[in-house]
Amino acid sequence: MKKFDKERVLLAVAGPVIALAVAFVLSAIVLVASGKNPVEPFALMFEQAGYSDVQVLILNQASMYYIAALAVAIGFRMNLFNIGVDGQYQLGAMMAAIVGAHASLPAFLQVPLLLLTAVCTGAFWAGIAGVLKVTRGVSEVVATIMLNAIATSLIVYMWKPDVFGVKIGNNSTTGEMHESGWIPGIDLGAAGEIYGLVVLAVLLGIGYWVVLNRTRFGFDLRASGASSSAAAASGVDPKRMVLTAMLLSGAIAGLAGLPILLGDSHTYNLNFPTGIGFLGIGIALLGRNSPVGIVFASLLWAWLDKASPELDFHGYDKEIAVIMQGLIVLSVVVSYEAVREWGLRRQQRRVGAELAAGHVLGANNTTKEVAGR
Amino acid sequence: MTAPTTATDVNQPSLEHAPPTGRRMSWPVLLLVIAGALALTSIVRLVTGADGITNVSQMSTALQLAVPIGLAGLGGLWAERAGVVNIGLEGMMILGTWFGAWAGFQWGPWTGVLVGLIGGCLGGLLHAIVTVTFNVNHIVSGVAINILALGATRYLAPLAFEGHQGGSAKQSPAVESLGHFTVPGLSDWLSELNAKGWFFVSDIAGLLGGLVTNVSWLTLIAVALVPGTWWILWRTPFGLRLRSCGENPVAAESLGVNVYKYKYLAVIISGGLAGLGGVFLSIVANPFYLEGQTSGRGYIGLAAMIFGNWMPGGLAIGAGLFGYTDSLNLRGGSTNVHALLLLGALLLVIGAIWLAIRKKFVQAAITFVVGALVFAWYAGTNEVPSQVVAATPYVVTLVVLALSAQRLRMPKADGMPYRKGQGK
Repeated sequence: MKKFDKERVLLAVAGPVIALAVAFVLSAIVLVASGKNPVEPFALMFEQAGYSDVQVLILNQASMYYIAALAVAIGFRMNLFNIGVDGQYQLGAMMAAIVGAHASLPAFLQVPLLLLTAVCTGAFWAGIAGVLKVTRGVSEVVATIMLNAIATSLIVYMWKPDVFGVKIGNNSTTGEMHESGWIPGIDLGAAGEIYGLVVLAVLLGIGYWVVLNRTRFGFDLRASGASSSAAAASGVDPKRMVLTAMLLSGAIAGLAGLPILLGDSHTYNLNFPTGIGFLGIGIALLGRNSPVGIVFASLLWAWLDKASPELDFHGYDKEIAVIMQGLIVLSVVVSYEAVREWGLRRQQRRVGAELAAGHVLGANNTTKEVAGR
Repeated sequence: MTAPTTATDVNQPSLEHAPPTGRRMSWPVLLLVIAGALALTSIVRLVTGADGITNVSQMSTALQLAVPIGLAGLGGLWAERAGVVNIGLEGMMILGTWFGAWAGFQWGPWTGVLVGLIGGCLGGLLHAIVTVTFNVNHIVSGVAINILALGATRYLAPLAFEGHQGGSAKQSPAVESLGHFTVPGLSDWLSELNAKGWFFVSDIAGLLGGLVTNVSWLTLIAVALVPGTWWILWRTPFGLRLRSCGENPVAAESLGVNVYKYKYLAVIISGGLAGLGGVFLSIVANPFYLEGQTSGRGYIGLAAMIFGNWMPGGLAIGAGLFGYTDSLNLRGGSTNVHALLLLGALLLVIGAIWLAIRKKFVQAAITFVVGALVFAWYAGTNEVPSQVVAATPYVVTLVVLALSAQRLRMPKADGMPYRKGQGK
């Protein structure tokens, strides 16, 4: 495993590259079909990526995508589908905003308090699905979908003026947070400000890698994902693993909205970004659940988001970016599966040839894990 | 994921007994339960004076809201009975709303219905190609289709609707109505009966009145599709083969069933039904397409299907429940919902007694305490926030799933990858 394996690298790179190529070609076809120039929009969007203010926007947006995708990826690594990241991050951000508006501690206590609030809220919301799955056998997919819908109602309820809400014009907000809870950004002058919590996203990525690849818990988690019966036979308690993974996933999900909350909006209002949890699913898939892969995937996604508004000024519709996102996810999952099956067949042939030649099977016959397939 | 679980793994013979396939409710028992529930509702109505809860117009709104959820649920049923999990129902519904309105405003509502259906089928076809031919994880594919459908309709909407009267980037021009029908005589008679406020009789009149007053033709088709689906899937050779692909594709293959063909057909029909649900939203419920019109109904349809234990009848009850609670929300129902709190408390207490008779004292005590709390809530307040109403169906689904998930039985090879010849 440790040895540098050219074939493995080739297989790992082939999937996303093929997928991206197919997605670009298909989007170009859509553009041609609607009577537009198929190349210019991409040129315009690439040009956008060169401007430093757009780069800052992309980085800020990517930080939230990254955290949400990590939350999804933890579940994927053990065959759990946490579709509820969307509700978890929104509730987490809202609770943090409410606590931030009502508690006023010095900054070195306030910020950890807010982070903790978001983590606990997210973990609690995901934990409901985890407990239901472990004790009652309810599918986490359905449970988290229901919890998303309940979270939406809960948020609207908490926006009511007699609960925690503060009306500002037509906008429902949770009131301005105390300034000690604001996290200063990295000021880049005219280009704008990078959210301070981008650092948190980086730390979470490192933490994710360390926990999954360098701890016993991470090993158990990956083992349960690969084969729950084999993991159970080697002494892993599958129920505890499900619950822990769900809690962990929810805890990270709770943080996904904080970069913008503590760095920019300082209140949870109607304009707060929604749907990041669902996008996180696509991003985690594209990044193959690897902490580095997800970086690229979330940057790609944020680029499509932030560079596309420019298209409106040149006679194109910016929605082509959303089509591209859908096409990318779809072609990514198809190409990963195709590449995986191709790799498997190749390996079987090689092992067969080695066996026929009388070699002893090497230890190197493990197959490539494919993300959240 | 070295060796993903496949349809072969789950269908190995084992010494374990098969789990019970759910309590079989005979028709008389089921009717008794429904009558009992109605009687309880009637008592609550008389006690609280909230006449709205079984009003004719309330019931007809409930039916209208239940139809798209039920159609999405039927779509889910077809796909899952053939072993393909379809979480892309939402996306297929979105395609249905757009295609339906697009064809509807140009060539008349019935063309719209047909084209919307085809739009949903296209989504289903894509899902089938990705999951059946390429064997991609079903949930992943469904999520991708949801994203893609949203993007495609958002991209197409300005191209198709801008520049027409009443059309904009987010909304289509108006579509003509499909037409409604009211059963003459019967409808008026039932409304009169309903208005009298008699115990039980008026409530039944309200329920039936909702079914015969101002019903769209598409509603009629949707309602007919429930027994229709049951008949096709459980009473025809085609249905038996289709279901065998969801239970044990390897065995089906060994009997000469072309599993791929049946899976493709099932998923395409599934998409068509979801598309029809979308059409209902953009032609009947509203006379136009509006961005974000489905608002998660595809997911709710899926939940209704699981709630109904992968059976058409249960699914219809689930969809009805969602539709009814939705209608309470729409029709300024905070007093009505407040009345229903009493019903909930009563049901919980009855449940507690039932549990106590079956000697499950701990559960009985917990249920009783919850019931008492709900009653206290009822007694202590005059109104219920509308958000509580909005969340009610989801909470109910969660509770029902938590109580009965072990008794639910999904098709055995549901969501499993299958390759031709893998059982050899």
